[in-house]
Amino acid sequence: MIISRTLESKLSSLYKAGKIVGGVYLGTGQEAFSASLGCSLDQDKDIFAPLIRDQAGRTGFGEPLIEATRTYLGSALGPMRGRDGNIHRGRPADRRPAMISHLGTSVSVVAGMLIARRMKGELGGVVGATCVGDGATSTGSFHEGLNLAAVEQLPMVVLVADNQFAYSTPRERQFACENLVDRAKGYGVTGWQVDATNLLECLSVVHEAVEAARSGGGPQMVVGKLLRLCGHGEHDDASYMASELKDSKLGRDCLEFGIQQVIENGIVSENEIDLWGKKAAEAVQKAVATAQTDPRPDPYRDDWRAFSSKGINS
Amino acid sequence: MSVTYIDAIHLAQQELLGERNDVFLYGQDIGGFGGAFKATKGLQEEFPSRVLDSPISEDAMVGMAIGAAISGMRPIVEMQFADFSSIAFNQIANHAGTHYYRTGVPVPITIRLPCGGTPGSGPFHSQMVETLYAHYPGIIVATPATVSDAYHLLKESVEINDPVVFCEHKFLYRWLKTAEIHPKALPLGVARITRPGKHATVVTYSAMVHEAVRAADRLAKEGWEIEVVDLRSVKPLDLDTVIASVARTGRLLALGEAFPWGGVTAEVVSRVVAEGFHLLDAPPLRLNAKDTPIPYHPDLWAAHRPTPESIVEKLRELLNL
Repeated sequence: MIISRTLESKLSSLYKAGKIVGGVYLGTGQEAFSASLGCSLDQDKDIFAPLIRDQAGRTGFGEPLIEATRTYLGSALGPMRGRDGNIHRGRPADRRPAMISHLGTSVSVVAGMLIARRMKGELGGVVGATCVGDGATSTGSFHEGLNLAAVEQLPMVVLVADNQFAYSTPRERQFACENLVDRAKGYGVTGWQVDATNLLECLSVVHEAVEAARSGGGPQMVVGKLLRLCGHGEHDDASYMASELKDSKLGRDCLEFGIQQVIENGIVSENEIDLWGKKAAEAVQKAVATAQTDPRPDPYRDDWRAFSSKGINS
Repeated sequence: MSVTYIDAIHLAQQELLGERNDVFLYGQDIGGFGGAFKATKGLQEEFPSRVLDSPISEDAMVGMAIGAAISGMRPIVEMQFADFSSIAFNQIANHAGTHYYRTGVPVPITIRLPCGGTPGSGPFHSQMVETLYAHYPGIIVATPATVSDAYHLLKESVEINDPVVFCEHKFLYRWLKTAEIHPKALPLGVARITRPGKHATVVTYSAMVHEAVRAADRLAKEGWEIEVVDLRSVKPLDLDTVIASVARTGRLLALGEAFPWGGVTAEVVSRVVAEGFHLLDAPPLRLNAKDTPIPYHPDLWAAHRPTPESIVEKLRELLNL
């Protein structure tokens, strides 16, 4: 969470300084929820398909910081080599699919990754996880994907960050049910609900959901209630967010509260938190500096081929 | 014994399942029921764990196939009708089609689309969709016209490491027969001269190949020798064979069963004009279906798509230019 917040704060500054290629999309306020998933998964065998606000989950799942900075800064050496940017990144071979902008599409893709493992007899103990926001739950793709995963009884965890806004659209213009978790029953999956501003609660609930999926409980849908503490992207000042909402319980900063929680519970000392902050700043600085000196993609050297097969042309 | 076009598709899938453990079939009603057109009849019995019924969820069917493909499998997705692939369009064009270029990881999926009209099928069970997918980068579009091509191209499609949209024509399923599947395959991306000629070239694909041959047969009685080129795949598009044919005949009719705005016939004409303008003795012509939804009544349907009569008429126009 600390690393993610530090990185994203740096990315925001770089954006404002005009140093980023394209947009910047932050997960401020969603770190506890997202990181709880990333850290509950097994980096050596599980699948994690993050979405737009999952820097914390990505870091928790082991994505190197350099992949984020290289993609944001348009380096030719990043996982997307300048061919895609910002949060549209991943390494599918490392079980980290690269999201597309069309919401909900990752649910069926993760289902397919699990079905492949089942057919090959390699599913044992593997969990596939993906994240969406409340907006994505309105898409047909999300519905089709989750329904398919339920039919196949796959070991899958779907995190739904109910962050009150999809871009600028408030949740009451997005869906009419009282609580998104109620939909779990309709899909035939297990539903969980968590105060996503509460780190310890997130860790416990998300971990339990992951283990339920791992031990044969079928798909798990975890709805986290929170408020997005940033705009849709850094181009958006989120002036449509009412101050009462920001001041409400939903607007609590999960990082500040999380730090307070771990210190009060004697899990981590204040000194350790300070040290982590310093280490995070150093790591972020290094990742940014490296990406900034990387070569840019060269249009004259790109092979401009969308087919992997040799000899197939258009 | 004879083999129909649908038999060839069935056989190709049966052999692929037997030859490769990484192949599986996914689609609506394809399990015990054997598929709406029986292209998978008995295959679930033979390969129970690798022939799966899907929910009515075209988007998720292709999304699932993408996930399986990047995890080492080679799925074949059966859309019940090509028309319904519109629901999966996003996953095909934006997810599968972009994946290799973006990530360097290829997506070896084959999506079988029962295309084209049969009498009485109406607007939503008759469409030709090859143009839509060929337009997007990263997607191969196969359009077999013969029984042997249906077999060989399907087998080759599954071996290819990129997404293939396999457009099989429903009108040919049971009507088109051959004594036996030709043992030698012509590779994908190579067009075939179905009927040699010297006065004009008809470039076409899928079921229209047979209508073009009928039209050519009629004109042959009057002494006209029409060359028919079967593209076999619209992407890749074998321009070399097309240009060589136009060099022989000097005249081009691009023929297709799809809607007339844009499309494969427009692409063929524009490429021939750009690269072989000097070979043309007359302006190239196009003949497509009409620019309306596909009508339900057999009389209307038969007049909506090109027929031997309308092709003959268009060829006469071309020969007199």
